[in-house]
Amino acid sequence: MTLLAIRDLRVEYTTVRGTVAAIPELSLEIGAGEAFGLVGESGCGKSTLIMAIMGYLGRNGAVARGQILFEGRDLVTTDSETLRRLRGGRIAIVYQEPATALNPSMTIGRQLMEVPRAHGVRAPAEARERAARALADVHLPDPESVMRRYPHQLSGGQKQRVVIAMALLANPALLLLDEPTTGLDVTVEAVVLDLLNELRQKYGTALFYISHNLGVIAQVCERIGVMYAGRLVEEAPAAALFARPRHPYTRGLLASLPRPGADKRSAPLVPIPGVVPGAGGAPESCGFVTRCAHARPGICDLRPVPMLAAAPGHGVRCARWAELPAPPPVAAPSLTNRPVLGDGTVVMAAHDLSRVFPMGKRQLVANDRLEMEAQRGHVLALVGESGSGKTTFAKVLAGLDVASGGSLRVLDADVARRPVRRRGAAEVAAVQMVFQNPDGTLNPSHPVGWPLARSLRKFGIARGRRDIEARVAGLLEMVRLPPSVRHALPRQLSGGQKQRIAIARAFAGNPQLLIADEPVSALDVSVQAAVINLLLRIQAEHQTTLVFISHDLGLVRYIADEVVVMYLGQVMESGPVAALFDPPYHPYTEALLSAVPVPDPTIRSARIRLAGEIPSPLNVPKGCRFATRCPRKLGPMCDETPPPRRAAGPGHRIHCHIPLDDLRMVEPVFRGAS
Amino acid sequence: MTRYILRRTLEMLVTLLVASFLVFVVTEFSPGNVARKTLGAFALQEQVDLLYKKLHLNDPLLVRYVRWVGVLTGIEADPLQDPALGLGFKDPRRARYFGNFGYSTLYKAPVNDVLWDRLGNTALLAGLAFAVIVPLSLVLGVLAGMRAGSVLDRALSTLAIVMTSIPEYALGVLLVAVFVVALGVLPGTSPLDPNAGWSIAAQLVLPVSVLALYDAGYVARIVRASMAEVMARPFVRTAVLKGLPRRQVIVNHALRNALIAPFTVILLQINWLIGGVVVTELVFAYPGFGRMLLDASLFGDVALIEAATLVALFVATATQLLSDVGYRVLDPQARR
Repeated sequence: MTLLAIRDLRVEYTTVRGTVAAIPELSLEIGAGEAFGLVGESGCGKSTLIMAIMGYLGRNGAVARGQILFEGRDLVTTDSETLRRLRGGRIAIVYQEPATALNPSMTIGRQLMEVPRAHGVRAPAEARERAARALADVHLPDPESVMRRYPHQLSGGQKQRVVIAMALLANPALLLLDEPTTGLDVTVEAVVLDLLNELRQKYGTALFYISHNLGVIAQVCERIGVMYAGRLVEEAPAAALFARPRHPYTRGLLASLPRPGADKRSAPLVPIPGVVPGAGGAPESCGFVTRCAHARPGICDLRPVPMLAAAPGHGVRCARWAELPAPPPVAAPSLTNRPVLGDGTVVMAAHDLSRVFPMGKRQLVANDRLEMEAQRGHVLALVGESGSGKTTFAKVLAGLDVASGGSLRVLDADVARRPVRRRGAAEVAAVQMVFQNPDGTLNPSHPVGWPLARSLRKFGIARGRRDIEARVAGLLEMVRLPPSVRHALPRQLSGGQKQRIAIARAFAGNPQLLIADEPVSALDVSVQAAVINLLLRIQAEHQTTLVFISHDLGLVRYIADEVVVMYLGQVMESGPVAALFDPPYHPYTEALLSAVPVPDPTIRSARIRLAGEIPSPLNVPKGCRFATRCPRKLGPMCDETPPPRRAAGPGHRIHCHIPLDDLRMVEPVFRGAS
Repeated sequence: MTRYILRRTLEMLVTLLVASFLVFVVTEFSPGNVARKTLGAFALQEQVDLLYKKLHLNDPLLVRYVRWVGVLTGIEADPLQDPALGLGFKDPRRARYFGNFGYSTLYKAPVNDVLWDRLGNTALLAGLAFAVIVPLSLVLGVLAGMRAGSVLDRALSTLAIVMTSIPEYALGVLLVAVFVVALGVLPGTSPLDPNAGWSIAAQLVLPVSVLALYDAGYVARIVRASMAEVMARPFVRTAVLKGLPRRQVIVNHALRNALIAPFTVILLQINWLIGGVVVTELVFAYPGFGRMLLDASLFGDVALIEAATLVALFVATATQLLSDVGYRVLDPQARR
């Protein structure tokens, strides 16, 4: 039975430059109880579609044509009182950022109770009881205490559970999910996805899940639509979409993601050239024609392509879908027998490195006796949930903070206690950073060539106007940007271009060591691949050591040579990337791997889930740091005695009480992958 | 919360103490000396020097400050009121009492006789104006900010700008021209004299209107900006898409958050109303605190300046305390 039917929908926004169609024309159907996923990059109209369904397009947006039929009633023409009753009652939303979706000055309880009260429940006591039950449904411990709290007193994962509870309170027939796990830790994301699946089984709610993350969609949805420039370009059952993607855009998205088991030498990422056009910026014919490698003039650029049936239930909006060559098979991953890069020189070595912040009588332990080293030309990845101390380490390394104990050798000097102002220009140039958010790191009032020239001058690489200009042009060429870009202001560049500028700036001083803190997590999937490829190419050419901080284990497996897994300020496991992704592994590594949403529904990961939250660094467990959440905890020993460091192979160390032989017996996280 | 208020009150007292020293220093360095001011322009230099000596004005600054604090707290008698000087400065209260601000050389009366009357007058004016400003600006600001960019918003925002842009004296003259000269329904001056031919209430209408119109436009603009910003926040969208009626969205969700930022600004208006409305007081010949402070400064009435400045400082720190406490009540994130 059809629950939601969108027919020939056209959504327009009025801007100063005239009317643009964010969604030129779109049709889709969702059955009762079905989980439908909609994938697309930012700016393709996903959120607009959701807000059109909810009738909340803002002052300048409007449905220009078409119908949105929900339970047979057209939401476009319905009156405001009916719409109000449907909102939060029959249709509910879970938002992208739970932190901003909740009212900061109202208790959780009151915010929850408003839902039943707005939808027919008169008695406050009953509303309260329902709110408490909803909190219990999303597995929040002690609902009564949560109800008394304000949003800022909860963690990100807890807030998202509250938002889910709020959405489910009126028992809706349709739940709209707008990137509900973006911004959460992978471990929390995995738990939220499990929760959604569980609640769907329990209440039979239909899900309309929009995300840019194919992995997440693959975990939850039965049917998937791919959206590009406001149009649905492909629609298929989940298994068919991942096994036989038909549209070049879908194929491009899949190729730009690291496949499980692949690495940088076996299966390079293939980016999609160009960028997503803005609303109304795509051609009226096939919207993807400007970026498509298979586009043929006279076929693809003439008229709009209708949805063509590639198979039963599998529609594709590509005029040439039947003639397209089959995508090349994914190369067999080979994590062993990799050529050894570099000359084995140790560029960075942390020994017994600690960073403790005194907080009155207590201490905040951010880094605790870290041991790690990185060789010339290698990529060392730091992984762990937020709060594990990765960024603190990066700050000490870059000289933005100083260690409180231990040593940190970079090249031949100990920099553990030397902040940037006590390092020489050459030492500062040797260690550079690329940050997560390219928007925040470029000065909006200077052209992008300015920070490049400044770095060159500060580090004494170039003197004199002509020399500097030539070098700036060289740097831009290195990151594949035209020289004219240096006169552009940051706001005139796309996110990917800005991150290229950031990379060029970091390489201006010929660094020996580059710290990249989540460098691509703010970028679109199709752009991510291009930036990663670029970063790896420059890094290999310059034999730079790369310290790569990421929460994306798929990406880490692809990019890294060595991996350090951190938890609550300590190293849990470290070793070569090949050793780290197969047993024996530390239970925490196992949990992180289990949490990775794999963009392939045929790969089922053996799932272990972490209960609770990472403990406060003000009050760290006495024995093993991970003991409070460890699914494989042995007993009181784990709580009381710090774990031994066990050598599990060449360069591979595991800090755990569990004997190595037992850890070797653990079932691999990924079955189905080679 | 109680501990916070206690701590802040203590801090406020320390601030006042430090400020009192600074006020003392600054006024003591003002041109002319107390002896000359007291005796007038026609006194002989020898008389002035004699008084100067008797008042111990040659003592180091710190000693004089301690003496002044001594008089204020009632430990010492005011040397200026010493009958032996023959000036005839007499405080009917007592020679020593707590809160003795000294003797006003301008008004030839104890400071306490002058100060509190004027402050009372100004408090009346300020209170009435405040009681109009706050509801008026909240209503205007919230209505305008509720739908940013709408016709209503543009109309109200324009009105608010026009109101703020007309200076107080121009507004005063304009209102006098209409209501006094043309219509003759209100008095043109407000000496607060019941025998002036107009009731006190009638005398207050124009000064209060000038202050309220001038200030409400400004506060309304701040409230509007905050309201418009809050209406665009995601939690308001959450509230709408929960199915709440619009009224409830505005009242329960938007309003409280929209008031957090303007709250401080609103309380700052009290400061301005107490000490900064000299122009309005002059236009309407209103016997207010601001005008008294201006006259005292022009004359060089040191004791009165010091007392009035201290009172103004007290009002400023007290509203600051009030706004900090209120801020914590409004914004749960500020508590902790």
